[in-house]
Amino acid sequence: MTDTARTQASKARAMKRLRKRRAADGRFRYYGLSAILTALGALAVLIFTIGSQALSAATYHVVNYDITLDPAVIAPEGAGRPEDISRNVEGFYGLVRDNLIATFPEAAKDRASRREVADFVTRLAVLPTAQMVAEQPELVGTRITLTAPLNDDLDLYLKGQGVRERKLGVGAIAAIKGEVEGGYRVTGAGAFDAVVAALAVAAADLPADAAEPGVLLTAGPSTGRLTEISAGSGHLELLTGNIKDFARLQSKARLIVALESERTISDQQIAWTLALKDMGRIERVPRKTLLTNSDSTYPELAGGLAAIVGSLLTMLVTALVAMPIGIFAAVYLEEFAPKNRVTEFIEVNINNLAAVPSIVFGLLGAALYINFLGMPRSAPLVGGLVLALMTFPVVIIASRAALKAVPPSVRSGALAVGASQMQTVFHHVVPLAAPGILTGAILGMARALGESAPLLLIGMVAFVGDVPRSPTDESTVMPVLIFSWSNNAERAWEPLTSAMIIVLLAFLLLMNGLVVFLRRKYERRW
Amino acid sequence: MDTSQGNPMMDDSITPQPTKDGGPRIDCRNIKVFYGQAEAIHDVSMSFPDRAVTALIGPSGCGKSTFLRCLNRMNDTIENCRVEGKILMDGEDINDADVDPVLLRSRVGMVFQKPNPFPKSIYDNIAYGPRIHGLANGREDLDAIVEKSLRRAGLWEEVKDRLSAPGTGLSGGQQQRLCIARAIAVQPEVILMDEPCSALDPIATARIEELIDELRNRYCIVIVTHSMQQAARVSQRTAFFHLGNLVEMGDTGQIFTNPREKRTEDYITGRFG
Ligand SMILES: Nc1ncnc2c1ncn2[C@@H]1O[C@H](COP(=O)(O)OP(=O)(O)OP(=O)(O)O)[C@@H](O)[C@H]1O
Ligand SMILES: [Mg+2]
Repeated sequence: MTDTARTQASKARAMKRLRKRRAADGRFRYYGLSAILTALGALAVLIFTIGSQALSAATYHVVNYDITLDPAVIAPEGAGRPEDISRNVEGFYGLVRDNLIATFPEAAKDRASRREVADFVTRLAVLPTAQMVAEQPELVGTRITLTAPLNDDLDLYLKGQGVRERKLGVGAIAAIKGEVEGGYRVTGAGAFDAVVAALAVAAADLPADAAEPGVLLTAGPSTGRLTEISAGSGHLELLTGNIKDFARLQSKARLIVALESERTISDQQIAWTLALKDMGRIERVPRKTLLTNSDSTYPELAGGLAAIVGSLLTMLVTALVAMPIGIFAAVYLEEFAPKNRVTEFIEVNINNLAAVPSIVFGLLGAALYINFLGMPRSAPLVGGLVLALMTFPVVIIASRAALKAVPPSVRSGALAVGASQMQTVFHHVVPLAAPGILTGAILGMARALGESAPLLLIGMVAFVGDVPRSPTDESTVMPVLIFSWSNNAERAWEPLTSAMIIVLLAFLLLMNGLVVFLRRKYERRW
Repeated sequence: MDTSQGNPMMDDSITPQPTKDGGPRIDCRNIKVFYGQAEAIHDVSMSFPDRAVTALIGPSGCGKSTFLRCLNRMNDTIENCRVEGKILMDGEDINDADVDPVLLRSRVGMVFQKPNPFPKSIYDNIAYGPRIHGLANGREDLDAIVEKSLRRAGLWEEVKDRLSAPGTGLSGGQQQRLCIARAIAVQPEVILMDEPCSALDPIATARIEELIDELRNRYCIVIVTHSMQQAARVSQRTAFFHLGNLVEMGDTGQIFTNPREKRTEDYITGRFG
């Protein structure tokens, strides 16, 4: 073989190796990129699904009631003190119900209707107004506008998330004639063409023996139930309002497939809601109560304040216990402890502790703090201590990593000018490791903030309607509240749960932001 | 701090006291150093005169740094490192149980191979030692110590306008002089230097060598170096180590011109190393 041939062969081999190496580089970059994209995609889906749900709970519908604060009802003889007024839920609620009945006289006709109209607003929704009047007794006897949230099912209906309906156009109604069995015959050439077509489509999708979908006809504030529908006529049973509106105003039809008996809201309630909306008495407003109210059995009144305060108190206890223990243990182990079997054993066990499932800490906490030491159940004190057990191994591990990262030259420099070991550690090493230590501590706390399982075991899952005032009060925390809400049956809890998750995520984001801030501010290069 | 022993740290002047009898400042007898089971220094005896520079030379891994660290008990801070033998400083064994290594290190300063200023301001780098040892009465006193130390290390003119700037922001050579200033600020009697110029360019090296020459008038200096020229330039005494043994020790001139041992000659002429 000649020299040139040999060099050419080795050149070809080198080219081949180069190609192989480049291909490997490219593959690796591709794997990395797809891993990142997968992670980002999962995050985006999570944020999007929870966020879009939460967005619907960020606002809700409230109804305005113009009521006169009749002294005989609000502050009757012998019950006129402010604390009596603030407790007089029944009186205020009565005024609201009377206002509704005045607006819709047909609601007074029988017990069932009274109950239906009473469902519009929950009793407890008048409490803020009662408290306001108690603080300003001069309001008694005056006319005020009481604003109360709309029933959660009707709220969902107005948001288009509750009962499914199709809105259909209706032609001009030419004639309305009273009929013998009650109700009216409404006629107009081709007025209900669209409704008939939609009914035909709906019928094709339904089983043969299913009942026909209901159709509501609305004109302005008036609504009736439409039956016996043909292209040019139908039988209208007036639910609320004035029959003349149908001749005067443009009508609209709503086709509701779900049977009335299978819905949480009746045709009558829908009719009244549409009427209130038409009168401009229903507004969609931001749901501030999510952050200012405590838990309630009624979704339209429920809020997370008690849980937020409970979480903060719990975190306070956790921080006060886990951070000093974790940091001092880390400093001791890293800087002072002799490197021997015992230290190694302790180290291994701390690492194991960090890997113990959190629910085990809950069991331990229940046994130790509640059964043995007799601390109160459901209290942030116990919750904080349980979470501290769970957090401090994490703090130790993170702090040790931060201490290890301090270059040994700093230590020997300090020792060489005659600093004692303690001075070396506390004047030089710990300040340099502080951002890392704090980062670890805050991330450990963030994990604790999102923890629910161990707290369930120490009874922090109880319904808590009052904001806890001290770490020994009965309390719950945000993740547990989310857990309980998600277990509730009513549909309205679903968006509310998402909204609460967003609040929790906001707190976590805040803590992570703090980490970034601390790092930026105090991290030093050397 | 025990003042009855007349610890020079308590003196107002930075100048250390001369040795009592003019004899060697440090006298090492039968030093053995073990890392775990491995013996890194085999039975070395040697002494270091006051107001002179002693150079330790030898191939890499022969135990120069290990031996140097015995002199301020920095080996104590290394896991499983054990020192045997007597090291007498002014007649007192520094390994005695009642000698506090922290106090000892304030009397025996050390400068490391890689400049390691604290990640603090230039001022605080110097002031840290005097502060923890209570050498200054008030702010003005401390300012004076800082200025004096920086002047003596030949750094004052370059940094006097930015004393609050971080010490880690200086150039490598400036950092090393800062470390020397930091070492002399606590008024030591002995200064140990472990390859102080190995990370520096020739100009910065020359600057430090000048500095060592000046410091020689006041301190007992021990320097580890890999540069034969440097050893020849700055030291009065030279000790050659090989594989943990002290092969030869003598006046620098004699070692470089007329070594007694074959191994020494081979090393300084570059035949192995
Ligand atoms: N911390 C340690 N643990 C175990 N062995 C060590 C340790 N430090 C040094 N040694 C060993 O002791 C011997 C002497 O090391 P030393 O650092 O004193 O050498 P040196 O002469 O300073 O070398 P160099 O010129 O490369 O700095 C070497 O064999 C080394 O491997
Ligand atoms: Mg060395």
